[in-house]
Amino acid sequence: MKPLGEVAGASLAERVQAAVETAAHHAEAVDREGRFPLEAIEALREARLLGFAVPPELGGEGAGLAEIAPICTALGAACASTAMVFAMHHICLANLLDCGMESAWHRELMNRAATDQLLFASSTTEAGVGGDLRQSICAVEADGERFNLAKAAPVISYGEETDAIFATARRDPEAPSSDQVLCVLLRDQYELERVSTWDALGMRGTCSHGFRFKAAAPTEQILPKPFADIAAESMIAASHILWSSVWCGVAADAMARAQAFVIAEARKSPGTPPASATKLAEAYARFRTIEAAIADGLTRWAAMRAAPERAATVSFSLAMNALKVSVSTTALQVVEDALMICGLQGYKNSGPYGLGRHLRDIHSARLMISNDRIMAGAGQMMLIQRPAAARRA
Amino acid sequence: MMEKIRELIVAHAGLPQGAEAIADDTDLYRAGMKSFASVQLMLALEETFEIEFPEEMLNRATFRSAGAIARAVEALSPGSMAA
Repeated sequence: MKPLGEVAGASLAERVQAAVETAAHHAEAVDREGRFPLEAIEALREARLLGFAVPPELGGEGAGLAEIAPICTALGAACASTAMVFAMHHICLANLLDCGMESAWHRELMNRAATDQLLFASSTTEAGVGGDLRQSICAVEADGERFNLAKAAPVISYGEETDAIFATARRDPEAPSSDQVLCVLLRDQYELERVSTWDALGMRGTCSHGFRFKAAAPTEQILPKPFADIAAESMIAASHILWSSVWCGVAADAMARAQAFVIAEARKSPGTPPASATKLAEAYARFRTIEAAIADGLTRWAAMRAAPERAATVSFSLAMNALKVSVSTTALQVVEDALMICGLQGYKNSGPYGLGRHLRDIHSARLMISNDRIMAGAGQMMLIQRPAAARRA
Repeated sequence: MMEKIRELIVAHAGLPQGAEAIADDTDLYRAGMKSFASVQLMLALEETFEIEFPEEMLNRATFRSAGAIARAVEALSPGSMAA
């Protein structure tokens, strides 16, 4: 029996390392040109990591989020765009695993995901709903065993590079805006029309252009569970955990650069500890809270997934919201700490201590589902999740 | 109790349709209940029936339908075997 994670004689660590090196090598060009990190995604394919989460009986390795999160972090330290593509792809796979195991079509798709190393993207936001994941305007229009769907999507990350899009829509043209389903649409089942171009401050390689698309597909491709339940029991938590892991990687590389800077300073003046060493220790303390928050999130995820219908409680949602908001805020602080430590050497776009890309990339963290929106929702949940002592006597 | 629960659903769940459209097993989320509305409904249920939903019952399943809510309220009401 081959060791877990081994493919073609290479260990999991070696497979990840190969992809990380490719991602690092092209990170600057991807950022500068605002192009898709195709070399790094190809390297992930070659390392057979795009089907990592697919169950073994369907040709994958059955990896859980606890195994995927560290890969997001390792990639995030090299190229945040690559890491985010990898994370978003695995969020789609988490949705499939959540409710597609009973459906022959979705099982076959997972099998193909592992065999052919397919890449998945999602289209949840829609023009006109104000960024609310849980509302759709577009609707599934069923016609016998097939359906049509037309959607105006202000953002689909790597929409032009993906092999399939997971799109939210109202269940039918009469359904209320919150009664959504998640439709899997294969590349040859839709037509994409790009309506805006992703020329952003950071995360430039995600190519999150705006599109209008029209799709026609068999109804069996619609995931069997209501999207509201998919969101509560897999998508939102998986997103917050894997995004946080990507941001952890960005912060980790900023920390590594700051540490290298401090060590170089220390070498220049032996005998006197550099003042920046104290700042570095402070940054490290912050950084550790990111790693601890992700570890806590993974533990809660595992407990929830053991019985999602019961265990996806208000407290679980609040914990996942808190994870996203705290990591997105703290990771930015850590990169800023690193910039203060490296000074102008960090401000320069070239050289070993440059932090411009990290800073621009990490500024997306608080905006990917705005922290303000998340906290407004969490505030409502706090009305019913009270610590025992605050409950009515 | 069912009558009262139905009243609270109409008052708080923010559904487009009236009470007559809500059967015991109508899926309230599919009918259009959003998360803030479900929070309002929970608070109203606690107030009306003088109960407190414990943490493990604060999930989507508990509030999915009038029938599911009735079972939860029943289980939490004083005198109930499960309370």
